[in-house]
Amino acid sequence: METKLGVYICKGCDIASSVDVDKLVEVVTGEHKVPVCKTHDALCSAEAVDIIRKDIESEGLNRVIVAACSQRVFPELFNFGSDILTDRANIREYGAWAHEPNDEDTQMLVEDYVKMSIIKMQTSEPAVPLIEETSKEILVIGGGMTGMTAARAAADAGYRVHLVEKEAELGGWARKFKAVFPKTPPYESLQDPGHADLIKAVETHDNIVVHTNSRIKSAKGAPGKFDVVLKNGSEAPSFKVGAMVVATGWKPYEGKNLGHLGFGISPNVITNVKMEELAASGEIIRPSDNKPIESIAFIQCAGSRDQDHLPYCSSVCCRVSLKQAMYVREKYPNAKIYVIYKDIRSPQQFELFYQKAQTDDGMFLTKGEVGEVRVDGDKIAVDVSETLLGEDITVKADMLVLATGMVTTNKPDDIPVAADASVDPAAEIAAVKEAADESTLEDGKKAAASAEKGAHLINLGYRQGTDLPTLKYGFPDSHFICFPYETRRTAIYAAGPVRSPMDFASSTSDAYGAALKAIQAVESIAQGRAVHPRAGDLSYPDFFMTKCTQCKRCTEECPFGALDEDAKGTPLPNPTRCRRCGVCLGACPERIISFKNYSVNMVSKMIKSISMPDEFDEKPRILAFVCENDALPSVDMAGIKRMKYSPFVRIIPLRCLGSMNAVWVSDALASGFDGVILIGCKRGDDYQCHFIRGSELANYRMDNVREKLTQLVLEEERVQIVELAINEYQKLPKIFDDFVAQIEEMGYNPYKGM
Amino acid sequence: MAEFEPLQDEITAETLVVGGGISGITTAIETAEVGRNVILVEKKPTLGGRVLATNQYFPKLCPPSCGIEINLKRIRATDKVRVLTLAEIESVTGEPGKYEVTIKLNPRYVNDKCTLCGECEKVCEVERDNDLNYGLSKTKAVYLPHMMAYPHRYVVDPAFANDDRMKKCVEACPYGAIDLDMQPRTIKATVKAIVWATGWQPYDATRIDNLGFGRIKNVVTNVIMERLASESGPTEGKIVRPSDQQEIKSIGFVQCAGSRDENHLPYCSAVCCLASMKQATYVRERYPDAEVHMFYIDVRSPGRYEDFYVTSQADEKFHFHRGKVGKIVENPANGNVILEAENTLTGQITKLEVDMAVLAVGMVPNTVDQAPPLDAPIDEFGFLIAGGDRGIIGAGSALRPMDVAASIQDATGAALKAMTAEVRR
Repeated sequence: METKLGVYICKGCDIASSVDVDKLVEVVTGEHKVPVCKTHDALCSAEAVDIIRKDIESEGLNRVIVAACSQRVFPELFNFGSDILTDRANIREYGAWAHEPNDEDTQMLVEDYVKMSIIKMQTSEPAVPLIEETSKEILVIGGGMTGMTAARAAADAGYRVHLVEKEAELGGWARKFKAVFPKTPPYESLQDPGHADLIKAVETHDNIVVHTNSRIKSAKGAPGKFDVVLKNGSEAPSFKVGAMVVATGWKPYEGKNLGHLGFGISPNVITNVKMEELAASGEIIRPSDNKPIESIAFIQCAGSRDQDHLPYCSSVCCRVSLKQAMYVREKYPNAKIYVIYKDIRSPQQFELFYQKAQTDDGMFLTKGEVGEVRVDGDKIAVDVSETLLGEDITVKADMLVLATGMVTTNKPDDIPVAADASVDPAAEIAAVKEAADESTLEDGKKAAASAEKGAHLINLGYRQGTDLPTLKYGFPDSHFICFPYETRRTAIYAAGPVRSPMDFASSTSDAYGAALKAIQAVESIAQGRAVHPRAGDLSYPDFFMTKCTQCKRCTEECPFGALDEDAKGTPLPNPTRCRRCGVCLGACPERIISFKNYSVNMVSKMIKSISMPDEFDEKPRILAFVCENDALPSVDMAGIKRMKYSPFVRIIPLRCLGSMNAVWVSDALASGFDGVILIGCKRGDDYQCHFIRGSELANYRMDNVREKLTQLVLEEERVQIVELAINEYQKLPKIFDDFVAQIEEMGYNPYKGM
Repeated sequence: MAEFEPLQDEITAETLVVGGGISGITTAIETAEVGRNVILVEKKPTLGGRVLATNQYFPKLCPPSCGIEINLKRIRATDKVRVLTLAEIESVTGEPGKYEVTIKLNPRYVNDKCTLCGECEKVCEVERDNDLNYGLSKTKAVYLPHMMAYPHRYVVDPAFANDDRMKKCVEACPYGAIDLDMQPRTIKATVKAIVWATGWQPYDATRIDNLGFGRIKNVVTNVIMERLASESGPTEGKIVRPSDQQEIKSIGFVQCAGSRDENHLPYCSAVCCLASMKQATYVRERYPDAEVHMFYIDVRSPGRYEDFYVTSQADEKFHFHRGKVGKIVENPANGNVILEAENTLTGQITKLEVDMAVLAVGMVPNTVDQAPPLDAPIDEFGFLIAGGDRGIIGAGSALRPMDVAASIQDATGAALKAMTAEVRR
C-alpha cells in the first residue's frame, strides 16, 4: 500500500521558542515532500488530536509523525488504530530541553530527528498479527499441591487442563506429611495440609483431565500448539496444549551427602523427610530398636547455607523442625528436644509459631556450629561450639534429625547444585561463538547438547534444549524480582518449589500466579500478540530464507529458543515462541531478518538520512544506539531535568541492545559519523536486560566491530559500549560530552565525505 | 488509553483493585492482559506506592523504576485498565459476582491539558513538605509527584488550593491546565470481584522510646535511610547524618526495631534483614572507609537471598553482632550515638559508638487506617487473612509482610483468584 504521511509539529513546551519551527516545516514539505504538515501550540490537546484524526480520514493518511515530546509521554493519545503507523520525533526531551535555544546546532539536531522519523515511517509497515489456529488448553506438570491448585484455578476460569502426575496418586508431598505449620490466626497450632479436598475437587472437575502414572515423553511445537505425548506404561496418550505450568516441585537434598553430620553412622540418624514419614505413620520410634523417644536432636541447615552443598537457604526447614518437635512433644510429653541452628528463620506471622515453640519447657534451642557427630552408647552425640552460652557443649539424644533442604526438580540429577553455581552468560556465548565460527552442523549440535543438560521434565522439542533454562541453582526464572513468573521459554511458567524453595502456603499462592500467566499466554497467542515484556506487540520477525547462509547465529543467540533448524542448519522460526526483542535481527550477518516495523534496512536508512557536515564545519557527529527499555527513559529524564549535553549526538532507539546489527556501525562510519556509542542495560549475573542476554550479546558483537575498525585503520575507541541503569540519567550528559571530547581529540572520521 | 476517555458517573469492570502500589499495579495489568477490564484505585496522585521511594531492590541492587517503566508501558498499551488516582473507596455492598462500590475522586486541580512543561512550578512561591522524602525536603505546592508519575501530570497540594498565591501558577500555565475550582466527585462502580492491595506503612518508631527516634537526631529509620541514599532524596544520594550534615564514617543497623517484640510488633517483617544489608552496600559504595555494624537476633535471608548475606559477610568492614539493641543514647560531645546491645542469653552488654543509627522498623498493614469493607477477615495485626478465593481478595503486603518479589508473585495470583471468585462463591 502506498504510504501517505502526515507530520505534526508541536510548538508548545519551549519548542517554538528554542527552534525555528517554520524552517522545520520547510524541511518536511520541501526536502522530503511530505503532503501534510501542520503545527500546533499543543499537540497533546484534544483539539489537536482531533485535527490529526480528521486528516487521517479526509487525506487518507496511513502514517503519522508527532514531532513533539518523547514516545513515552501520552503514547495512548496518538494511537489511531493498528492500521495507522505512528512515530514520535522527540524534539522536546532530546531537543529543546537538552540543548541551547535558538542555536544552529540545536536546529540541525531537531531537523535530523524529524528526518529520521520520516525515513522510519517510509521504510516500515503496520504490523499484521500472525493468527493461527491455536489451543487454549493448559498442561500442568506435577500433581502435588502446587500443580493441583494451578489446575483447579485455570479450570475454574474456564480453561481445559491436562494434569500430569508421575505417581499413581495425586497429592505429592502433602500426602506424606502429617501436618503443616499454621497459616491462619492465631498462628500457633499445626494444620492439615488440605490435600484430600483438593484431590477430590481436581478429580471431579469437568475441565480437568488427570493423567497419573505419566511423564512427558515429548512436547514438540510451540506456544499455542504444543503436541504433547505422554509416557504411561505402554500407552502414549497425546493431546495439544497452548501453554504449560511446570509444578514438578522439589526433591530432598540427599542424606548420603551428609556423612560429616553423622548420616550413615547409625539408623538413628535420619533426615527430616524420614521423620515426617515416621510421624505420618503415627510411629515416632527409634529406628534401631523401636523404643519410644526420650530425647531428640535436630541439626538445622544440614547441607544448606553451605558452599559445599546447597549454598542457599531452603526457607522452610526451621519451621519444619519446630513442627516435628511438636509431633514428638505431643506423643512423648517428657521428651527433650534439642535444636541446633545458625539462625531461626520464621518470617512474617510464622514468628508466632516460633514463639509458641519457645514457651515449651522441653525445647532447647541453641545457635551453634556443629562439630563431630558420633555414636555414644545407644545415643547420638553432637559436639556444638560457638553457642550463645559461650561454651562448647555436647548434645546426646536418642535420635538425630538432619534438617535437609530442597532441591528443585528442574535440576538435572547428575549436576551437583553447589558446583554449577551459575551458568556464566559469557561462557555460554563463547560456546555459541565457537559453534558459529567452526560453522559445522556437528559443532552446533554439540553446543546445543551442552546447553541441554535438562532435567527432562518437559522434553521440549527445542533446538536449545529440553527444559526451562536455569541461571542459578537450577531455578528456572529469569527476572525473579520484578517479573517472577518469567522464564526463558515463552508460555511455560514454573510454580512452587521448582522455582524457589517455598512452603505449602506460598506454593499454592504461587500456583495461581503461574496459572494466570498461562491463561494470559494462550489468550494473547490466539490473537497473535506478544507476551511480556512487549505485551501486545503484533509484529514478528520475517526471514528471507533464500539468502540464509546457515551460520546459525540466530538459532544460537535467541534468548528464548524461538528458532529450531533443519538438517542443513537453516533456521525454522516459531513466531509464538518469540518475544520480539530483535536479537536475531542483530545477529544476522546477511541482514535477512526483519520485522514489518523494525528492520536492518530501516535503521540503515535512518542513519543515512542524518545531515553530515564536513570536517571544515567542525561539527562532529556521534550516533547513539540506545535501548528503549531503560536507557531511553534515562535520556528522557535528563531532558526533563533540563540537563544540557552535546548537540552533536543523534539518538536511535533500539528494541534491545541485542538487536544491534554490526552493519549499522559500518553504515554510520561510512556516512561520516565520527563515533558510535551503544547504551544498554547492565549485563552479568545481576543483569537488568529485559531480554536476558541482549546487552551481553551486544558486548560480544563489539569484538567483531573492533576487528572491523582495525581493518579500516580506524581507532577502536570510536565505538564504545556503555551500561546505564534507568535511574542513572545524571551520568548521561557526561557520558555524551566525554565521548564527544574524546572524538574531537582523536580527530574526525577520515572517511567523512568520501 | 483509558486515561484520555471521559469518566462516566457509573462504570463497570470485572475486577476492582484497591491500592496502586506494585501489588495493585500487578493485579491490574495481569488481569488486563488476559483481556478483562479492571478499575485500579489509588488514593495518592500517582501510581507506584512505596517502590517509588525505594532506591534499589535487593539482592540485585537494581533500580525499581526499571520494572515500573515496563509496567507503566503495559498500562498505557492496554485499554482495559481504568486508573483512578486521588481516589478513595467510600462504600462497598454486594458479594462476589456483583459488588457496588462508591468511589470518591478528590480534585487534582490540574486537568488533562497539562503537558508537563513545568511553567507553573517555576513561578510557584508556595512550598510543601515532600511526603516522598518523609518531610525532609520540600516541593512546590504544584508538583510532579515523581519522575515516573502516572498519570504523568502535575498536581496541586489540596492544602494550598485556596491559597491566593497559587493564582500565579494558574496564570503561568500556557495551556489552561490548572483549575483551582475543581470539585470532588463521586462515582459508582459495579464489579465482579475486589482485590485489596493497600500495602503497608513503617511502624511508628517514636513508639520505641528506648531507641530514641525523634529525640536523638542521628537516629533514623530504614525508610528514611532509603531516601538519603536516593538521588531523588533530600540529600541527593549523600548519606549524611541529620545533626550536622556530615557524611558518615560509621553506621549501626538496629534489626528488629519494634519487631519480634510483644510490646510492638510480635511478628517478623521478613524484609528488614535484607533491607539493612542492602543499605549497608549504599554506605560501603559511597564511603569505602566507613565501618558498618549490624545488630541482629537472627539474620533472615531465605532462599537464594542467602547469597546476598554471604557477600555481606565477606566484606571486612561489615560487622555482624548478635544481640538486640535495648537502648540508644546520644554522645553530647559529638552527636554520635551509642548503641547498647544485650546478649539475650548471657546478659552481657555490648556498647558501640557510631555516627548514625538506622532503626530497621517493620511493616504495618495500611488496613489499620482503613479496614477493608464488608466481612473481610483480618488478624489481630490488621493483615487480611488469606481465605484465598472468597469475598474480598487480599494481595501483597496487605496479607503479610513481604518483599517486592513476593508481592508481585502474590498479586499475579490475585488476578486469577478474582477471575474465579464467582465460581468459588
